[in-house]
Amino acid sequence: MAAFLSLADAVAEHVRDGDTVAMEGFTHLIPFAAGHEVIRQRRTGLTLVRMTPDLIYDQLIGMGSAAKLIFSWGGNPGVGSLHRMRDAVENGWPQPLALEEHSHAAMASAYEAGAANLPFAVFRGYIGVDLPKVNPLIRSVICPYTGEVMATVPAIRPDVAIIHALRADRAGNVLIEGILGVQKEAVLAAKRSVVTVEEIVEDLGPRSRNAVILPAWTVSAIVEVPGGAYPSYAHSYYKRANAFYKAWDAIARERETFLAWMRQNVLARDAGHFRQYARKAA
Amino acid sequence: MTPLPYTPTEIMTIAAARALRNDDVCFVGIGAPSAACNLARLTHAPGITLIYESGTIDTKPEVLPLSIGDGELCDTALTTVSVPEMFRYWLQGGRVTVGFLGGAQIDRYANLNTTIVGQSYDKPKVRLPGGGGAPEIATHCGEIFITMAMSARAFVEKLPFVTSLGHGSGPGSRAALGVKTKGPTKVMTDLCVLEPDEATRELTVVSLHPGVAAEAVQAQCAWKLRFADEVGETPPPTAEELRVLRELQARTARAHGGDA
Repeated sequence: MAAFLSLADAVAEHVRDGDTVAMEGFTHLIPFAAGHEVIRQRRTGLTLVRMTPDLIYDQLIGMGSAAKLIFSWGGNPGVGSLHRMRDAVENGWPQPLALEEHSHAAMASAYEAGAANLPFAVFRGYIGVDLPKVNPLIRSVICPYTGEVMATVPAIRPDVAIIHALRADRAGNVLIEGILGVQKEAVLAAKRSVVTVEEIVEDLGPRSRNAVILPAWTVSAIVEVPGGAYPSYAHSYYKRANAFYKAWDAIARERETFLAWMRQNVLARDAGHFRQYARKAA
Repeated sequence: MTPLPYTPTEIMTIAAARALRNDDVCFVGIGAPSAACNLARLTHAPGITLIYESGTIDTKPEVLPLSIGDGELCDTALTTVSVPEMFRYWLQGGRVTVGFLGGAQIDRYANLNTTIVGQSYDKPKVRLPGGGGAPEIATHCGEIFITMAMSARAFVEKLPFVTSLGHGSGPGSRAALGVKTKGPTKVMTDLCVLEPDEATRELTVVSLHPGVAAEAVQAQCAWKLRFADEVGETPPPTAEELRVLRELQARTARAHGGDA
């Protein structure tokens, strides 16, 4: 059953050195505040799982939190490279980063398989491409009904999933609306989960009868962190800070400017720092 | 010679937009494809269904998104589904008529690389973002349009890594892999339009943009280019196409707090 914790306590209790951690959010609802807390608590040896590493994993990789990255598209969307990820892969700084690379279709299917308690995902994919030559986990099965060769990848079963959501109610039920990504699948596939939310409310309010809800009994910890997805966004709260995504290119390009930014904006702060970004659309 | 009243990037985007039809269901890649797809929607193809991999179906953004998941896409969509549903039901399900891709590198058979530059996957000279949705977009959509600017570093003799399948190693490659979709049928660049030859499947220049010489195209391509028996001239952008594109780019720049 979901426990209401501070961000520091939630990360201390649920994220451990060497864990496989999935911080999800497909452009929308990326859990930046929680990622910063993992950096502040100096977790090491993490296997980071995320379809689109984005700035949040650039920061974790650059600060030495990660030993391995499982991903399907590692860029700054619409801007260019993730320079810290590139430095780790190309130069081993600040430490070597093992890659397990997939396509989006494969990772989305692998999360779904994890949530469905299956050992692997089957799909029609990876046809005529080189990724299976460098990722030995991409394999195949023969369909027992048609004889077609189908691609397989192992299910994703994180030790802990970390997501940001719009709201939780006092009982700990969590609401996600807008671009949904793979957050529901990530939480249901994981052993433990930490959910940061824009606000905790008495009642989740008017919503579709088919709204995406994670019931309290599927979540380990809930933390109220207004603004906690910035510079990503929370639909109907605040918009994506596209200008910051562009600015990150220059910040992250060199090790020194990156480290200075992290010291000033992450290491010297706490979760309350994100409150300045919180808005709620009328 | 008077300077042209449009840039090479503008005619590339406009040529790419023209390839789309009003009844297409189009899976949109970010960057140049996104500009072309929305230009088509705002000009000759108002009925086109645009889909982004973030799960937004039939989206009509007022400004171009910076990422594939900007809130603008969700706000203006008919519906938004989860990412597993997008890839499994809608893409793998065969509901998409056109996939619109860009890439870092392309070869003569329109295979694309967005993974690495250099000889070794484990020790790349440059680590590129990777495939994302492209490997499955390339085989599940009815056909593929590609748009990218030409240079000898981008149009290469041999790809260091095949991220997504075009026409493989030539005639029969796709069929031998059990792929029934057409694959790349058009490549719109800043200098010309290329299409795969019916027989050889090799990319062939079918039209040159106004004022562009064949030699200028060859200079930006590392393999010996083939030209169609009758190479046409790409119709120049109309005043209306340029107006709509520039207004879209200006709205986008204002919305993103900087250059689009």
